[in-house]
Amino acid sequence: MKQIVAVVALATLAILLWQLAPIAMPSGLGVVAQHYAEHGVQDNRGANLVTSVVVNYRGFDTLGEVTVLFLSVSGAAFVLRRRTGLEVHEPRRASEIVRTGARLLFAPIVLFGTYIFVHGHLTPGGGFQGGAVVASGVLLLLLANKDHPLPHGFLSWTESLSGLGFVAAGLAGLWAGGSFLANRGILPLGTWNQLFSAGVIPVIYTFVGLKVGSELATLLDVMMHAADEEVHQ
Amino acid sequence: MMAGNELYVGTAIGLIVIGFVAVLTRRNLLKIVLGFSIADTGVNLLIVSLGWLPGRTAPIVDDPSMFSDRAALAVNAARVVDPVPQALVLTAIVIGVGVTALMLAYVIRLYAVGGTLDVRQFGRLKW
Amino acid sequence: MDIVTLFNLEDLLICAVILVAALGAVLHRNLLAAVVFAGVVSLAVSYLFLRLSAPDVAMTEAAIGAGITTVIFLIAVRRTEEVEREEP
Repeated sequence: MKQIVAVVALATLAILLWQLAPIAMPSGLGVVAQHYAEHGVQDNRGANLVTSVVVNYRGFDTLGEVTVLFLSVSGAAFVLRRRTGLEVHEPRRASEIVRTGARLLFAPIVLFGTYIFVHGHLTPGGGFQGGAVVASGVLLLLLANKDHPLPHGFLSWTESLSGLGFVAAGLAGLWAGGSFLANRGILPLGTWNQLFSAGVIPVIYTFVGLKVGSELATLLDVMMHAADEEVHQ
Repeated sequence: MMAGNELYVGTAIGLIVIGFVAVLTRRNLLKIVLGFSIADTGVNLLIVSLGWLPGRTAPIVDDPSMFSDRAALAVNAARVVDPVPQALVLTAIVIGVGVTALMLAYVIRLYAVGGTLDVRQFGRLKW
Repeated sequence: MDIVTLFNLEDLLICAVILVAALGAVLHRNLLAAVVFAGVVSLAVSYLFLRLSAPDVAMTEAAIGAGITTVIFLIAVRRTEEVEREEP
Protein backbone atom coordinates (compact mmCIF):
# COMPACT_ATOMS: atom_id res chain seq x y z
CA MET A 1 0.00 0.00 0.00
CA LYS A 2 2.73 2.43 1.02
CA GLN A 3 4.67 1.49 -2.11
CA ILE A 4 1.68 2.36 -4.31
CA VAL A 5 1.25 5.74 -2.59
CA ALA A 6 4.96 6.43 -3.11
CA VAL A 7 4.83 5.50 -6.80
CA VAL A 8 1.71 7.62 -7.42
CA ALA A 9 3.17 10.62 -5.57
CA LEU A 10 6.48 10.43 -7.44
CA ALA A 11 4.81 10.00 -10.83
CA THR A 12 2.63 13.04 -10.12
CA LEU A 13 5.72 15.01 -9.12
CA ALA A 14 7.56 14.05 -12.31
CA ILE A 15 4.60 14.88 -14.58
CA LEU A 16 3.97 18.20 -12.83
CA LEU A 17 7.63 19.24 -13.12
CA TRP A 18 7.75 18.24 -16.78
CA GLN A 19 4.56 20.16 -17.55
CA LEU A 20 5.60 23.25 -15.59
CA ALA A 21 9.12 23.48 -17.01
CA PRO A 22 8.22 25.15 -20.34
CA ILE A 23 6.26 27.86 -18.52
CA ALA A 24 9.44 29.00 -16.82
CA MET A 25 11.48 28.74 -20.00
CA PRO A 26 12.03 32.30 -21.23
CA SER A 27 12.66 33.31 -24.82
CA GLY A 28 15.25 35.86 -23.70
CA LEU A 29 16.61 37.47 -20.58
CA GLY A 30 14.08 38.64 -18.03
CA VAL A 31 13.80 42.30 -17.00
CA VAL A 32 16.06 41.92 -13.97
CA ALA A 33 18.64 39.81 -15.79
CA GLN A 34 18.61 42.29 -18.66
CA HIS A 35 19.39 45.12 -16.24
CA TYR A 36 22.20 43.14 -14.59
CA ALA A 37 23.70 42.15 -17.95
CA GLU A 38 23.61 45.72 -19.27
CA HIS A 39 24.69 47.60 -16.16
CA GLY A 40 26.83 44.99 -14.41
CA VAL A 41 30.03 46.00 -16.12
CA GLN A 42 29.48 49.74 -15.71
CA ASP A 43 28.33 49.50 -12.10
CA ASN A 44 31.04 47.16 -10.91
CA ARG A 45 33.76 47.08 -13.59
CA GLY A 46 34.06 43.32 -13.08
CA ALA A 47 34.18 40.87 -15.94
CA ASN A 48 32.19 38.09 -14.26
CA LEU A 49 28.50 38.99 -14.16
CA VAL A 50 27.65 36.11 -11.82
CA THR A 51 30.06 37.58 -9.27
CA SER A 52 28.42 40.99 -9.70
CA VAL A 53 25.06 39.42 -8.90
CA VAL A 54 26.28 37.27 -6.00
CA VAL A 55 28.40 39.90 -4.25
CA ASN A 56 26.84 43.19 -5.19
CA TYR A 57 23.25 43.08 -6.42
CA ARG A 58 22.28 40.16 -4.21
CA GLY A 59 25.05 40.52 -1.64
CA PHE A 60 22.57 40.60 1.21
CA ASP A 61 21.43 37.14 0.11
CA THR A 62 25.03 35.93 0.22
CA LEU A 63 25.44 37.35 3.72
CA GLY A 64 22.41 35.38 4.86
CA GLU A 65 23.73 32.33 3.08
CA VAL A 66 27.13 32.28 4.83
CA THR A 67 25.17 32.74 8.07
CA VAL A 68 23.12 29.65 7.24
CA LEU A 69 26.34 27.71 6.62
CA PHE A 70 27.73 28.93 9.96
CA LEU A 71 24.54 27.90 11.76
CA SER A 72 24.48 24.44 10.23
CA VAL A 73 28.14 23.86 11.12
CA SER A 74 27.46 25.00 14.70
CA GLY A 75 24.42 22.73 14.74
CA ALA A 76 26.50 19.75 13.63
CA ALA A 77 29.13 20.55 16.28
CA PHE A 78 26.39 20.80 18.91
CA VAL A 79 24.80 17.49 17.92
CA LEU A 80 28.18 15.74 17.93
CA ARG A 81 29.39 17.29 21.20
CA ARG A 82 31.06 15.16 23.81
CA ARG A 83 28.75 12.64 25.37
CA THR A 84 29.03 8.97 26.13
CA GLY A 85 28.06 6.40 23.53
CA LEU A 86 29.67 7.83 20.40
CA GLU A 87 31.80 5.14 18.86
CA VAL A 88 34.99 6.38 17.26
CA HIS A 89 37.52 4.18 15.55
CA GLU A 90 41.00 4.36 16.97
CA PRO A 91 42.94 6.62 14.61
CA ARG A 92 45.47 4.74 12.55
CA ARG A 93 48.75 6.47 11.84
CA ALA A 94 49.00 7.67 8.24
CA SER A 95 51.84 6.39 6.10
CA GLU A 96 55.06 8.30 5.59
CA ILE A 97 54.11 9.09 1.98
CA VAL A 98 50.81 10.67 2.98
CA ARG A 99 52.42 12.75 5.73
CA THR A 100 55.26 14.02 3.54
CA GLY A 101 52.90 14.64 0.62
CA ALA A 102 50.52 16.57 2.86
CA ARG A 103 53.35 18.79 4.13
CA LEU A 104 54.42 19.41 0.54
CA LEU A 105 50.96 20.02 -0.92
CA PHE A 106 49.20 21.98 1.82
CA ALA A 107 50.72 25.36 0.96
CA PRO A 108 50.14 25.09 -2.82
CA ILE A 109 46.52 24.00 -2.26
CA VAL A 110 45.82 26.95 0.04
CA LEU A 111 47.59 29.26 -2.42
CA PHE A 112 45.42 27.91 -5.25
CA GLY A 113 42.26 28.44 -3.20
CA THR A 114 43.36 32.00 -2.47
CA TYR A 115 44.03 32.55 -6.17
CA ILE A 116 40.50 31.38 -6.96
CA PHE A 117 38.76 33.68 -4.52
CA VAL A 118 40.94 36.71 -5.22
CA HIS A 119 40.20 36.44 -8.95
CA GLY A 120 36.47 35.94 -8.44
CA HIS A 121 35.53 39.15 -10.26
CA LEU A 122 37.61 38.27 -13.36
CA THR A 123 37.35 34.54 -13.94
CA PRO A 124 34.89 31.80 -13.02
CA GLY A 125 35.24 31.05 -9.35
CA GLY A 126 35.08 33.03 -6.17
CA GLY A 127 34.71 32.79 -2.44
CA PHE A 128 32.71 29.58 -2.30
CA GLN A 129 34.89 27.60 -4.69
CA GLY A 130 38.14 28.96 -3.24
CA GLY A 131 36.92 28.30 0.28
CA ALA A 132 36.13 24.70 -0.64
CA VAL A 133 39.63 24.28 -2.10
CA VAL A 134 41.21 25.69 1.08
CA ALA A 135 39.06 23.30 3.14
CA SER A 136 40.23 20.37 1.01
CA GLY A 137 43.82 21.34 1.86
CA VAL A 138 42.88 21.27 5.53
CA LEU A 139 41.28 17.85 4.94
CA LEU A 140 44.64 16.61 3.66
CA LEU A 141 46.28 17.82 6.88
CA LEU A 142 43.56 16.12 8.94
CA LEU A 143 44.10 12.82 7.11
CA ALA A 144 47.88 12.99 7.45
CA ASN A 145 48.22 14.07 11.08
CA LYS A 146 45.41 12.43 12.96
CA ASP A 147 46.84 13.20 16.39
CA HIS A 148 47.47 16.92 15.78
CA PRO A 149 44.35 18.98 16.45
CA LEU A 150 43.51 21.91 14.21
CA PRO A 151 44.08 25.43 15.59
CA HIS A 152 40.43 26.01 16.55
CA GLY A 153 41.05 29.46 17.95
CA PHE A 154 42.61 30.62 14.70
CA LEU A 155 39.80 29.13 12.64
CA SER A 156 37.01 30.65 14.68
CA TRP A 157 38.73 34.06 14.77
CA THR A 158 39.19 33.96 10.98
CA GLU A 159 35.54 33.01 10.59
CA SER A 160 34.23 35.74 12.91
CA LEU A 161 36.51 38.50 11.64
CA SER A 162 35.73 37.79 7.97
CA GLY A 163 32.00 37.81 8.75
CA LEU A 164 32.51 41.13 10.52
CA GLY A 165 34.50 42.39 7.51
CA PHE A 166 31.64 41.48 5.18
CA VAL A 167 29.15 43.42 7.30
CA ALA A 168 31.62 46.33 7.63
CA ALA A 169 32.02 46.49 3.84
CA GLY A 170 28.23 46.52 3.52
CA LEU A 171 27.90 49.33 6.06
CA ALA A 172 30.67 51.28 4.28
CA GLY A 173 28.54 51.02 1.15
CA LEU A 174 25.56 52.34 3.13
CA TRP A 175 27.65 55.28 4.34
CA ALA A 176 29.38 56.14 1.06
CA GLY A 177 27.00 54.92 -1.62
CA GLY A 178 23.59 55.22 -0.06
CA SER A 179 22.58 51.57 0.19
CA PHE A 180 23.80 48.47 1.99
CA LEU A 181 26.66 46.83 0.01
CA ALA A 182 26.64 49.61 -2.58
CA ASN A 183 29.80 49.54 -4.66
CA ARG A 184 30.24 53.30 -4.96
CA GLY A 185 32.72 55.68 -3.42
CA ILE A 186 34.56 53.23 -1.16
CA LEU A 187 37.32 51.92 -3.38
CA PRO A 188 38.09 53.12 -6.93
CA LEU A 189 36.49 50.93 -9.58
CA GLY A 190 39.73 50.80 -11.57
CA THR A 191 40.13 49.43 -15.06
CA TRP A 192 38.39 46.38 -16.39
CA ASN A 193 40.31 43.08 -16.21
CA GLN A 194 42.86 44.26 -13.61
CA LEU A 195 43.31 42.40 -10.34
CA PHE A 196 42.75 45.56 -8.30
CA SER A 197 39.50 46.65 -9.88
CA ALA A 198 35.76 46.25 -9.36
CA GLY A 199 35.84 48.35 -6.18
CA VAL A 200 34.84 46.45 -3.07
CA ILE A 201 33.90 43.17 -4.79
CA PRO A 202 37.27 41.35 -4.48
CA VAL A 203 37.53 42.46 -0.84
CA ILE A 204 34.11 41.02 -0.03
CA TYR A 205 34.78 37.83 -1.99
CA THR A 206 38.05 37.40 -0.07
CA PHE A 207 36.09 37.68 3.18
CA VAL A 208 33.56 35.14 1.86
CA GLY A 209 36.37 32.80 0.84
CA LEU A 210 38.04 32.98 4.27
CA LYS A 211 34.70 32.52 6.01
CA VAL A 212 33.57 29.57 3.88
CA GLY A 213 37.03 27.98 4.04
CA SER A 214 37.22 28.14 7.83
CA GLU A 215 33.61 26.99 8.20
CA LEU A 216 34.09 23.97 5.94
CA ALA A 217 37.41 23.12 7.63
CA THR A 218 35.70 23.26 11.03
CA LEU A 219 32.89 21.10 9.65
CA LEU A 220 35.32 18.42 8.43
CA ASP A 221 37.15 18.49 11.75
CA VAL A 222 33.87 18.22 13.69
CA MET A 223 32.64 15.30 11.59
CA MET A 224 35.95 13.46 11.94
CA HIS A 225 36.99 14.14 15.49
CA ALA A 226 34.01 15.17 17.58
CA ALA A 227 33.79 13.08 20.75
CA ASP A 228 37.22 11.59 20.12
CA GLU A 229 38.46 12.81 23.48
CA GLU A 230 36.39 10.51 25.64
CA VAL A 231 37.89 7.49 23.90
CA HIS A 232 41.39 8.55 24.81
CA GLN A 233 40.52 9.35 28.41
CA MET B 1 8.52 22.53 -25.85
CA MET B 2 11.37 22.66 -28.30
CA ALA B 3 13.87 24.81 -26.51
CA GLY B 4 16.87 22.49 -26.74
CA ASN B 5 17.07 21.93 -23.01
CA GLU B 6 14.70 18.94 -22.78
CA LEU B 7 17.60 16.58 -22.16
CA TYR B 8 18.87 18.61 -19.19
CA VAL B 9 15.38 19.20 -17.77
CA GLY B 10 14.60 15.49 -18.13
CA THR B 11 17.81 14.48 -16.38
CA ALA B 12 17.13 16.95 -13.59
CA ILE B 13 13.59 15.63 -13.08
CA GLY B 14 14.96 12.09 -13.16
CA LEU B 15 17.45 12.97 -10.41
CA ILE B 16 14.75 14.58 -8.28
CA VAL B 17 12.48 11.52 -8.64
CA ILE B 18 15.30 9.04 -7.93
CA GLY B 19 16.30 11.05 -4.85
CA PHE B 20 12.75 10.99 -3.52
CA VAL B 21 12.47 7.26 -4.28
CA ALA B 22 15.37 6.79 -1.87
CA VAL B 23 13.72 9.04 0.72
CA LEU B 24 10.34 7.28 0.49
CA THR B 25 11.33 3.64 0.12
CA ARG B 26 14.73 3.11 1.78
CA ARG B 27 14.89 2.35 5.49
CA ASN B 28 18.56 3.12 6.03
CA LEU B 29 19.04 6.63 7.42
CA LEU B 30 22.23 7.21 5.40
CA LYS B 31 20.38 6.23 2.22
CA ILE B 32 17.64 8.73 3.05
CA VAL B 33 20.19 11.53 3.48
CA LEU B 34 21.86 10.41 0.25
CA GLY B 35 18.47 10.65 -1.48
CA PHE B 36 17.97 14.22 -0.24
CA SER B 37 21.44 15.09 -1.52
CA ILE B 38 20.70 13.64 -4.98
CA ALA B 39 17.34 15.44 -5.16
CA ASP B 40 19.17 18.65 -4.19
CA THR B 41 21.58 18.20 -7.10
CA GLY B 42 18.60 17.59 -9.40
CA VAL B 43 16.85 20.80 -8.30
CA ASN B 44 20.04 22.79 -8.92
CA LEU B 45 20.37 21.28 -12.40
CA LEU B 46 16.71 22.07 -13.12
CA ILE B 47 17.08 25.74 -12.15
CA VAL B 48 20.26 26.25 -14.20
CA SER B 49 18.82 24.46 -17.25
CA LEU B 50 15.73 26.69 -17.11
CA GLY B 51 17.93 29.80 -17.14
CA TRP B 52 19.93 28.52 -20.09
CA LEU B 53 19.38 29.99 -23.55
CA PRO B 54 20.64 27.95 -26.52
CA GLY B 55 23.58 29.37 -28.40
CA ARG B 56 24.56 31.91 -25.75
CA THR B 57 27.83 32.03 -23.78
CA ALA B 58 28.65 32.22 -20.10
CA PRO B 59 27.90 35.55 -18.38
CA ILE B 60 31.51 36.72 -18.38
CA VAL B 61 32.52 39.77 -20.39
CA ASP B 62 35.71 38.94 -22.25
CA ASP B 63 35.88 41.77 -24.77
CA PRO B 64 36.76 45.34 -23.70
CA SER B 65 34.90 46.85 -26.65
CA MET B 66 31.75 45.33 -25.21
CA PHE B 67 31.27 48.16 -22.74
CA SER B 68 32.45 51.15 -24.70
CA ASP B 69 28.91 52.50 -24.88
CA ARG B 70 25.31 51.61 -24.14
CA ALA B 71 24.70 50.01 -27.54
CA ALA B 72 27.64 47.63 -27.10
CA LEU B 73 26.35 46.70 -23.65
CA ALA B 74 22.97 45.85 -25.12
CA VAL B 75 24.73 43.67 -27.70
CA ASN B 76 26.60 41.96 -24.88
CA ALA B 77 23.37 41.39 -22.97
CA ALA B 78 22.03 39.58 -26.02
CA ARG B 79 25.05 37.24 -25.99
CA VAL B 80 24.96 35.84 -22.47
CA VAL B 81 22.74 33.43 -20.55
CA ASP B 82 20.76 34.49 -17.48
CA PRO B 83 23.19 35.14 -14.57
CA VAL B 84 20.50 35.23 -11.87
CA PRO B 85 19.67 31.47 -11.65
CA GLN B 86 23.40 30.74 -11.69
CA ALA B 87 23.99 33.05 -8.73
CA LEU B 88 21.04 31.46 -6.95
CA VAL B 89 22.32 27.92 -7.50
CA LEU B 90 25.82 28.94 -6.43
CA THR B 91 24.52 29.72 -2.95
CA ALA B 92 22.06 26.80 -2.98
CA ILE B 93 24.89 24.28 -3.44
CA VAL B 94 26.73 25.66 -0.40
CA ILE B 95 23.56 25.65 1.70
CA GLY B 96 22.97 22.07 0.51
CA VAL B 97 26.27 20.89 1.92
CA GLY B 98 25.48 22.61 5.24
CA VAL B 99 22.08 20.95 5.51
CA THR B 100 23.53 17.56 4.51
CA ALA B 101 26.21 17.89 7.18
CA LEU B 102 23.59 18.66 9.82
CA MET B 103 21.52 15.61 8.77
CA LEU B 104 24.63 13.40 8.85
CA ALA B 105 25.50 14.68 12.33
CA TYR B 106 22.03 13.58 13.46
CA VAL B 107 22.54 10.20 11.76
CA ILE B 108 25.83 9.65 13.60
CA ARG B 109 24.22 10.67 16.91
CA LEU B 110 21.19 8.42 16.33
CA TYR B 111 23.50 5.51 15.52
CA ALA B 112 25.39 6.15 18.75
CA VAL B 113 22.11 6.15 20.70
CA GLY B 114 20.24 3.32 18.97
CA GLY B 115 22.99 1.18 17.48
CA THR B 116 21.17 0.91 14.17
CA LEU B 117 20.51 2.93 11.04
CA ASP B 118 17.02 1.48 10.48
CA VAL B 119 14.54 4.35 10.50
CA ARG B 120 11.76 2.11 11.85
CA GLN B 121 13.65 1.67 15.12
CA PHE B 122 13.33 5.35 15.94
CA GLY B 123 9.60 5.47 16.67
CA ARG B 124 9.52 7.06 20.08
CA LEU B 125 8.22 10.38 18.81
CA LYS B 126 5.60 8.69 16.63
CA TRP B 127 1.96 8.84 17.56
CA MET C 1 14.25 13.78 -36.13
CA ASP C 2 15.99 11.17 -34.07
CA ILE C 3 17.42 11.82 -30.68
CA VAL C 4 21.13 11.68 -31.54
CA THR C 5 20.91 14.48 -34.10
CA LEU C 6 18.76 16.54 -31.75
CA PHE C 7 21.16 16.38 -28.83
CA ASN C 8 24.89 16.16 -28.47
CA LEU C 9 26.14 12.57 -28.19
CA GLU C 10 28.41 13.36 -25.22
CA ASP C 11 25.52 15.00 -23.41
CA LEU C 12 23.37 11.92 -23.94
CA LEU C 13 26.14 9.69 -22.58
CA ILE C 14 26.70 11.94 -19.57
CA CYS C 15 22.97 12.07 -18.79
CA ALA C 16 22.80 8.27 -19.00
CA VAL C 17 25.79 8.03 -16.64
CA ILE C 18 24.08 10.43 -14.21
CA LEU C 19 20.81 8.49 -14.09
CA VAL C 20 22.52 5.08 -13.83
CA ALA C 21 24.84 6.31 -11.08
CA ALA C 22 21.88 7.84 -9.20
CA LEU C 23 20.04 4.51 -9.39
CA GLY C 24 23.19 2.77 -8.20
CA ALA C 25 23.45 5.16 -5.27
CA VAL C 26 19.86 4.39 -4.28
CA LEU C 27 19.92 0.64 -4.83
CA HIS C 28 23.42 -0.58 -3.91
CA ARG C 29 23.51 -2.37 -0.56
CA ASN C 30 27.08 -1.37 0.25
CA LEU C 31 26.88 2.17 1.61
CA LEU C 32 30.48 2.96 0.64
CA ALA C 33 29.68 2.11 -3.00
CA ALA C 34 26.44 4.11 -2.81
CA VAL C 35 28.34 7.19 -1.59
CA VAL C 36 30.87 6.85 -4.41
CA PHE C 37 27.98 6.56 -6.91
CA ALA C 38 26.54 9.80 -5.52
CA GLY C 39 29.94 11.45 -6.00
CA VAL C 40 29.91 10.31 -9.64
CA VAL C 41 26.45 11.92 -10.02
CA SER C 42 27.78 15.25 -8.72
CA LEU C 43 30.87 15.19 -10.91
CA ALA C 44 28.87 14.39 -14.06
CA VAL C 45 26.31 17.09 -13.20
CA SER C 46 29.18 19.58 -12.92
CA TYR C 47 30.07 18.71 -16.53
CA LEU C 48 26.47 19.43 -17.51
CA PHE C 49 26.71 22.83 -15.77
CA LEU C 50 29.73 23.56 -17.95
CA ARG C 51 27.71 22.62 -21.03
CA LEU C 52 24.91 24.90 -19.83
CA SER C 53 27.45 27.79 -19.88
CA ALA C 54 27.59 28.10 -16.11
CA PRO C 55 31.32 27.73 -15.29
CA ASP C 56 30.93 29.25 -11.82
CA VAL C 57 28.27 26.73 -10.86
CA ALA C 58 30.30 23.89 -12.39
CA MET C 59 33.29 24.80 -10.23
CA THR C 60 31.15 24.99 -7.11
CA GLU C 61 29.48 21.66 -7.84
CA ALA C 62 32.82 19.96 -8.50
CA ALA C 63 34.54 21.40 -5.42
CA ILE C 64 31.67 21.28 -2.93
CA GLY C 65 29.14 18.79 -4.30
CA ALA C 66 31.57 16.16 -5.51
CA GLY C 67 34.37 16.93 -3.04
CA ILE C 68 33.24 18.06 0.40
CA THR C 69 29.83 16.31 0.36
CA THR C 70 31.35 12.96 -0.62
CA VAL C 71 33.99 13.33 2.08
CA ILE C 72 31.47 14.03 4.85
CA PHE C 73 29.34 11.09 3.65
CA LEU C 74 32.43 8.86 3.77
CA ILE C 75 33.19 10.06 7.30
CA ALA C 76 29.59 9.32 8.32
CA VAL C 77 29.81 5.81 6.82
CA ARG C 78 33.08 5.18 8.68
CA ARG C 79 31.52 6.28 11.96
CA THR C 80 28.39 4.13 11.53
CA GLU C 81 28.24 0.95 9.43
CA GLU C 82 29.17 0.05 5.91
CA VAL C 83 26.52 -2.40 4.77
CA GLU C 84 22.78 -1.76 4.62
CA ARG C 85 21.30 -4.52 6.73
CA GLU C 86 18.68 -6.84 5.27
CA GLU C 87 15.85 -6.59 7.75
CA PRO C 88 12.24 -7.71 7.55
